[in-house]
Amino acid sequence: MLIKRPADIPASEITPRDLFDDRRRFLQQAGASLIAGAALWHGVPDNARAAATRLSPLASSPFSTTESQTAYKSVTTYNNFYEFGTDKEDPARNADKMAVRPWTVRVEGLAGKPRTFDIDDLLKLAPLEERIYRLRCVEAWSMVVPWVGFPLSALLKQVDPLGSAKYVEFVTHYDASIMTRRQILNWPYTEGLRLDEAMHPLTILAVGLYGEVLPNQNGAPVRLVVPWKYGFKSAKSIVAIRLHEKQPATAWNQSAPQEYGFYSNVNPEVDHPRWSQASERRIGELRKRPTLMFNGYAEQVASLYQGMDLRKHY
Amino acid sequence: MSRALQHPSADQIGAIKAFVFFLCMLPAAQLILGWRADSLGANPVETITHATGAWTLRLLLITLAVTPLRRYTGLHWLVRLRRMLGLFAFAYGMAHFGIYLWLDHFFDWQAIANDILKRPYITVGFAALMLMVPLALTSNAAAIKRMGGRRWQALHRSVYAIAVFGVLHYWWLVKADILQPLIYSAVLAVLLGLRAWWRELERRRQLAAPPPVAPSLKGKVIRIVPK
Ligand code: HEM
Repeated sequence: MLIKRPADIPASEITPRDLFDDRRRFLQQAGASLIAGAALWHGVPDNARAAATRLSPLASSPFSTTESQTAYKSVTTYNNFYEFGTDKEDPARNADKMAVRPWTVRVEGLAGKPRTFDIDDLLKLAPLEERIYRLRCVEAWSMVVPWVGFPLSALLKQVDPLGSAKYVEFVTHYDASIMTRRQILNWPYTEGLRLDEAMHPLTILAVGLYGEVLPNQNGAPVRLVVPWKYGFKSAKSIVAIRLHEKQPATAWNQSAPQEYGFYSNVNPEVDHPRWSQASERRIGELRKRPTLMFNGYAEQVASLYQGMDLRKHY
Repeated sequence: MSRALQHPSADQIGAIKAFVFFLCMLPAAQLILGWRADSLGANPVETITHATGAWTLRLLLITLAVTPLRRYTGLHWLVRLRRMLGLFAFAYGMAHFGIYLWLDHFFDWQAIANDILKRPYITVGFAALMLMVPLALTSNAAAIKRMGGRRWQALHRSVYAIAVFGVLHYWWLVKADILQPLIYSAVLAVLLGLRAWWRELERRRQLAAPPPVAPSLKGKVIRIVPK
């Protein structure tokens, strides 16, 4: 894939937003992670802005949308991260307790060169790109998020998937001492992709948003982003990535198999049993808008599903 | 318990009613002010839908709690708050439905009808709200007089079904976290369980009591077959 490096400041850096309200949280986070992540950051937090959380340089991406971006405050206070509570605002309140350094990600299973990556090595694995993607939640709301990350394929290539590897499982962090102990879903939360979906250039591991280090509630330090699938496929705070021959179990599918399939591609024609998926409310807007097939990424991904009955493989 | 608490004056009842009215208005005021100040979070429509739905159910359960509270505390004047509480439950229910019609479906009647017919959680919610309409319409002294106490009471017993439907609506709409519907179900189970228990007590009392036969007829032969 062509990666171009813009010389000027990315648009996200000049996007006005409610950073000042969130200054305190940023400072806390910056303070906590300063020790380990210093190499990545430019400068130290000053008392006006938490510049220490800035990620750069960032390449722009042809996959980015030009649609207007969802306010930073909404992206970081309206989250589904059930380990930290099921109200949308719970993760922003509670995820501060999670220590995101030190952090490692094991990449294992059917791999020629399985390996455990330290998060700071992972961040240097590939050039960081800004990917402005639509995010469509299965609950019929959507956002436009300027993620920072790199293609998952870059990581997978490092471990040499074996020919028998057909699926990828993502295992996320679970720590009962800081997260809910109620078995709302099977903890740790797991998700999965087919290998070709995981290798697709749209699929990224995100480490930041709005040009800055990922806030904990958005899945720090590293999360998956698969923009043509419902949001819950994009597992947060990943600790292990496993290559499998067989389709792995996934948390929502185990919880309600008739409602959440393995594929979970955004599809306006296949309703959730309890609500319509034909339209969505873009956060920040009052009117609903029609939902697009594969969340508007059909041109890039429809070929992955040729010949499949998407009503059956929902 | 003090006499004033047991038997408040008409003025005091008036003041209590005004206060309860004020309390019942608070959630609505909070939503309206929050909407105007844009402080209802990232998805204000969802916030309003959830808050109005939750207050409908809470007020229904509070309404159902009046009789047990009255019975166990002896505060008989509590019943004089019941109509207002029930009407507020209905008002929040209508607001809940109105928001759904307007900001969820933008008055697309075809889609609304589909939704009500096709999605069980909407179907029971709708049924609950429709069952509340006759209760709201007959929540006045004139209606009681017109209908007669017995028929009025029989009609208003549908509030039990409404509450069950409301809780079912909640069960059917949650995604994975069942804590909230579980709590509401437990409260409803206690409120309905008490009534079942009182019926049972009443049944036993009647069984234990001597048969209601007039003493003057005791031992006499009553001819019920004509000669
Ligand atoms: C026409 C009737 C009704 C419709 C169309 C309706 C629709 C809805 C919708 C769309 C939601 C949000 C679901 C979600 O976000 O996933 C909801 C939530 C809710 N509704 Fe209703 N509803 C109706 C009547 C009622 C009634 C009568 C009650 C109470 C007795 C009620 C209580 C609730 C509760 C408790 C919630 C959840 C609130 C929360 O999550 O905190 N609804 N309803």
